Amino acid sequence: MEPNIPLLELVGIRKSFGGVAALTDVDFTLNAGEIHGLVGENGAGKSTLMKIIAGVHAEYQGTMRLAGKPVRFRSARDAKAAGIGMVHQELSIVRDLSVAENVLLGVQPLNRFGLVDYPKMTRIAGEQLQRLGIDVDPRLPAGALPLGLQQLIEIARVLFSGARIIILDEPTSALSPPEVERLFDLLRRVRDEGHSLVFISHFLDDILRVSDTITIFRNGRRIETAPVRRIDKRWIIERMIGAGHEELEESYTGEIQLHSRPDAKVVMTAEGLTRPGMFEDVSLDVRAGEVLGIYGFMGSGQLELARALFGKLGLARGRVLLDGRETHLVNTAAARRAGIAFVPESRRDMLFHMEPVFKNVSISILDRISRLWVRPNAERTIANKHVMSLQIRPPLVDRPLGTLSGGNQQKVALAKWLTFLPRVLLLSEPTRGMDVGAKDDVLKIVKSLRAEGIGVVVVSTEPETVLSLADRILVMKRGRIAREFADEVVSKDRLLAAA
Amino acid sequence: MTDSTAVAPARRAAASGWLQAQLRNIAPFATLIVLVALFSALSPSFTTFDNFTNILSQISVTGIIAVGLTFVILCAEIDLSVASVANAVGIVIAYFTLQDPSVNIHNVPLPGAAAIVLGLVVSVLFGCATAIGMTVIGIPSFIMTLAMLQIGAGICAMLVRGQIAYNVPSLIHTLGAGSIGPVPWIVIIAALVLLIGHIVLTYTRFGRYIYMTGGNREAAEYSGINTKAIIASVMVIAAVCSGLAGMLGVARFGSAQQDEFGDFLLDSISAVVVGGTSLFGGQGGIGNTIVGLFVLGVLNNGLDHIRIDSFLKILIRGLILLLALIVNVYAQRMRTRAATTAAAS
Ligand SMILES: Nc1ncnc2c1ncn2[C@@H]1O[C@H](COP(=O)(O)OP(=O)(O)OP(=O)(O)O)[C@@H](O)[C@H]1O
Ligand SMILES: [Mg+2]
Repeated sequence: MEPNIPLLELVGIRKSFGGVAALTDVDFTLNAGEIHGLVGENGAGKSTLMKIIAGVHAEYQGTMRLAGKPVRFRSARDAKAAGIGMVHQELSIVRDLSVAENVLLGVQPLNRFGLVDYPKMTRIAGEQLQRLGIDVDPRLPAGALPLGLQQLIEIARVLFSGARIIILDEPTSALSPPEVERLFDLLRRVRDEGHSLVFISHFLDDILRVSDTITIFRNGRRIETAPVRRIDKRWIIERMIGAGHEELEESYTGEIQLHSRPDAKVVMTAEGLTRPGMFEDVSLDVRAGEVLGIYGFMGSGQLELARALFGKLGLARGRVLLDGRETHLVNTAAARRAGIAFVPESRRDMLFHMEPVFKNVSISILDRISRLWVRPNAERTIANKHVMSLQIRPPLVDRPLGTLSGGNQQKVALAKWLTFLPRVLLLSEPTRGMDVGAKDDVLKIVKSLRAEGIGVVVVSTEPETVLSLADRILVMKRGRIAREFADEVVSKDRLLAAA
Repeated sequence: MTDSTAVAPARRAAASGWLQAQLRNIAPFATLIVLVALFSALSPSFTTFDNFTNILSQISVTGIIAVGLTFVILCAEIDLSVASVANAVGIVIAYFTLQDPSVNIHNVPLPGAAAIVLGLVVSVLFGCATAIGMTVIGIPSFIMTLAMLQIGAGICAMLVRGQIAYNVPSLIHTLGAGSIGPVPWIVIIAALVLLIGHIVLTYTRFGRYIYMTGGNREAAEYSGINTKAIIASVMVIAAVCSGLAGMLGVARFGSAQQDEFGDFLLDSISAVVVGGTSLFGGQGGIGNTIVGLFVLGVLNNGLDHIRIDSFLKILIRGLILLLALIVNVYAQRMRTRAATTAAAS
């Protein structure tokens, strides 16, 4: 290939959905053998552009050239044949297939009878996962694994498919720091073998660490592209959301003094909660007006613990008290009536993609605003209020939820619980997939809820999330509470050391 | 920020997106129109008022069953026992009605009202058994209702022992076989049941829960909805609809015997699915079911009018169902693509 012809070149790309522009005159260049970082606020158009490259959106205006030759993909299959692979933001793993089948989806090795060679498939998949540092039986059904592992399996599928252009749309959102580290090593190795990668993330540190070039998106436009050695975080934030917000990301990177509230009333007490294989003997207090953070690596049991506190997972032992009275959380409806609210880490599990935004918002309060008959207009009014206060874009409550960008969907998931305030709000990975501005919005919402006297529990595998939100932090390790931080100085390093 | 800035191609794209999303509603309606046009052209006796009422009463029993089934399918479940329950309940009310001495059944004659109440109780019991099997024990609906189908057949067999009963309570006889003016009562009942079903699904909180549970059960649960209770109630509703259809059915057929409702399972499932209600749950409704009922009714009735080989008729019905299933799955995929994949992030 000639050195001055870029591997992939997009010129004047425009794309709109139902009259609303998602991309306006975007030029984008990907060179051979580079890792290209992509950043921008929620809804800036990052995923849309990448889906055009990967053949998911066939209708758009503008031209795309692959190694100098104009191309126009009609389908994801076309793009794949041209050597382009993409890991989508929303997992597309087939839950009922085995890990090995997922890793080698579409390229299963055949034996001499033309049938799938299962032993060989298991071996290859096992080797590939090993390279990603994953030790999991490739014969297990993929759906049974924790989210982080599912994400790694998808990454493995694309990474080892031999594609020369590999697009990763927020691939690290469910990974623990060591997993991210291993992934980055691998990405660099793949790049050095001559592949080109696009890496989308809202973690600016990650983007800066792994990319060679960075492009910033805003409002459907490409704002700027620059080699990474010339820029820093301030520079990025300034271009992403404008000057004056540079301190946003700084708020929780250094040392942080925790201020717990030992005198506040205890709203929820858990005693000896046990679910074998997930968490053991967990006891904790949730206090009114305090944010309790629970941190742990993927698989440490904190995500499952949150589900159990919402009645989604049954308990083998232990009890839960609300305001001192024992409460049987037999199902999620009982938990909701008891005043517990929960936002899970996976949007797919929380939202109705085909239904309009307002029905998504109203579903969990329907029994409070209507008895027998539904009142769509009242629901719209309520949804509108949240759309305004959370700045959900586009601000159209009749749009199907599935047409919102990832970060905006996350806000809708939160809005579900804000009409009638719960006693206890459980948030699992509340800022996953959110841009710096939106993260700051969540921070403000959580603070205002705390001020209202709600007991907030933030469960996360991201140290930054817990550090930015919590007043008191529990660290979980292999299903048990390993350490409590209260009224002391913590930092990311100290959290990681305890986990 | 939408229309004012919309340019023509974008608007066209939006329109085609709308069409894609509406495919499940448009295709069945188009099918209906084509069928009506076809049979009208082929047979003059098809387009008479009498034949129209004829079609209506032919689809009434199926229609009542299909209402319950619509609820079930909207929840992304299935009920294979509907016809069997209908048959069993039909036989139950005959069993509790005084029969002619020539009927060799050791039955228990009760007042008509009591027989009807017992019929309804049996329907509810069927529904409760299914509901418990599914939600408490955790048996998938496909298998659970298959077992209930067999149990229903067993009850029929035990009660009539190969005999045929003819009498049903007089109220049921009127409603199932009588008319008011030119309109058969059974058509009115079916219309009422359809209307109630529509109102419940569209305008009540319970109906909304059904759509949401079918649309995404996990999400419904994470919204604090007791999805098990929703599914349980839906199975009971289906059983009650089937029971009602069974009572009116035996009156309409003039007899109560085993294996009398054989066609109704396939017909009612076909009506719901042909009408465009998604087998994956969450999409569709009674409006769709009504169109589906007419497609099926017109097809069955029309084939009679053009004097076609009655064996071929069976095959044609199978092919129509297959076609509807293909459209159903295809529509689902288009809609998902239109609404989600593109925007999933
Ligand atoms: N299928 C669709 N139909 C309608 N609108 C869409 C669709 N897909 C995306 N959009 C809109 O296009 C815009 C860009 O979305 P996109 O998913 O590309 O954002 P993003 O930069 O990936 O954001 P995030 O960081 O939140 O994932 C958003 O306003 C979104 O609502
Ligand atoms: Mg995105």
